[in-house]
Amino acid sequence: MLEKRNYTAAELLTILSARQLSDGQVVFAGVGIPLLAATLAQRLRCPGLTILFEGGVIGAFIEPGKLPPSTNDQRCTKRANMVLGSAEVLLLLQRGYVDVGFMSGAQVDQYGNLNSSFIGDPLRPKTRLPGTGGGNDIASLAQMIVAMKHEKRRFVEQVDFITSPGYLHGRDTRRKSGLLAGGTFRVVTDLAVFGFEDEKRRMQVISLNPGVTRERLQDNTGFALDFAPHLGVTEPPTDQELELVRELDPDRLYTA
Amino acid sequence: MVETEGKSIDTHGYLELRQELLRRDRSLRDKVVSLEEATSFVRDGDLVGIGGSTMSRTPMGMIWALIRAGRKRLSCSRSIMSSDGDLLLAGGICDRVVTSWFSQGILWGVSKVMRHYVETGNVRYDEWSHMAMGMRFRAGAMGVPFMPIRSMLGSDVQKQRPEAIEIDCPFTGEKLLLVPALNPDVALIHVQRCDAYGNAQIDGLQFMDIDLAMAANKVILTTERIVSNDQIRRAPDQTKIPFFAVDAVVELPFGCAPHECYGVYEPMLRHMEYYVALVNGDPVKGMQQYMDRFVHGPKSWSEFLALLGIEELLEAARAGESIYDA
Repeated sequence: MLEKRNYTAAELLTILSARQLSDGQVVFAGVGIPLLAATLAQRLRCPGLTILFEGGVIGAFIEPGKLPPSTNDQRCTKRANMVLGSAEVLLLLQRGYVDVGFMSGAQVDQYGNLNSSFIGDPLRPKTRLPGTGGGNDIASLAQMIVAMKHEKRRFVEQVDFITSPGYLHGRDTRRKSGLLAGGTFRVVTDLAVFGFEDEKRRMQVISLNPGVTRERLQDNTGFALDFAPHLGVTEPPTDQELELVRELDPDRLYTA
Repeated sequence: MVETEGKSIDTHGYLELRQELLRRDRSLRDKVVSLEEATSFVRDGDLVGIGGSTMSRTPMGMIWALIRAGRKRLSCSRSIMSSDGDLLLAGGICDRVVTSWFSQGILWGVSKVMRHYVETGNVRYDEWSHMAMGMRFRAGAMGVPFMPIRSMLGSDVQKQRPEAIEIDCPFTGEKLLLVPALNPDVALIHVQRCDAYGNAQIDGLQFMDIDLAMAANKVILTTERIVSNDQIRRAPDQTKIPFFAVDAVVELPFGCAPHECYGVYEPMLRHMEYYVALVNGDPVKGMQQYMDRFVHGPKSWSEFLALLGIEELLEAARAGESIYDA
């Protein structure tokens, strides 16, 4: 019997993110927690979930203990339905075949924009981060779920650089910029689950994770939080979910 | 070198592109050269396109040889860059990278080597979305000056790239982003097998390599194995790059080490972990130490492989072949 309280933030994030997916969906997953969460959902309740990787894979089934070090490694193709070029798989986003894009980010803001390019002024950056990869394409072209650790320096009013667009500056600014489809749908953290309010397109808390108060959440967030009228409480991870996460990632490659 | 609106330093007029192709000897001929000889196909200042992605089918041996040959001022473009990018920068042969993502790998955080060279302004990093990189190579392969895309719009990635142009579609009025063609002077691509003429077969993930080969003005292939033309003809559907697009062929077993080659070997993760700890500990001294020992030290590529160790090579090969297990 597993001790329910005894899980890492990354394990919690993986489990809560996996719950956002439904059977039959086509999911474009980034490496790390998104890949693990999509695999967890597929094994637990969504056998018909189709996972796409930007390396060029349709219908991946990742093997327990053999998590790939990136979405471009041969391990990503195990038992897949199809292997194709990376431009081709990204074009599936543009054509509209992808139900959910699933990724992480270094920094997120109140409109769900993600930064994975620069910390500080882009002209004289404090830190040059790796960059967009397929993140910008996923965020521009699909409904997106973001999974990330909740820290004040990561949850900011305005990101230093919009690498992957959420609702840009709120309201209809995303659409007006030419991004006609998609948008950030959920942000899942180790403290709470967030959605976006329909009109202003600003982030709002829809459910608090077990043991997290409004005050603690606000203290760890760099902008004033809105709470949904019917604020929920997240169900804690089940033993089954935890067991499976640990079976998939026994070496804690993604869930340390 | 600063782009202004509509001016891409990587995009050429159509006649120039055709002239470059006319100058090449595209006949059916033996193109096999040594790794050292192949470096002469790359000139200082060239725009180089690199095949594979992240740690997969990276032409590491070719990059290793170019550093040893002391090329200068290369602009290097790749879908996603890993430790190959670190080597290009620390090797002093590259002053601009054009890519969508650059770090050693997601497992190891941010590359301190990339940070060191880019944050000091010694190397320019042009960031494009992954799909934009693909469409830039595709436009180059198609012989057209641009492709329209629907990503990057509204983001700061777009704002940093004035050479990409936003237009209102003449048919629908919708906003589109035109990304300029990328026609590298030379492409470096590693494949599982090809014949002496350059008919190349790629197993598994092909990334952007076919567009890259067709876009480039010259292609250097490194290959795990040179096979006969008869063997190529037995499975022509497996041939992904035609001989007439290829200028040089180098037989180079384990040519992606310490990265992976689909179906042949997985990444040599123990070496990668050693490497990352060394160079992210100190991007200057650590990298110097690595270059001395693993790039400039060995007399040949085989001697470099010997430094990785037979145990690690065999382990990687066993894992690589396991992709074909039921």
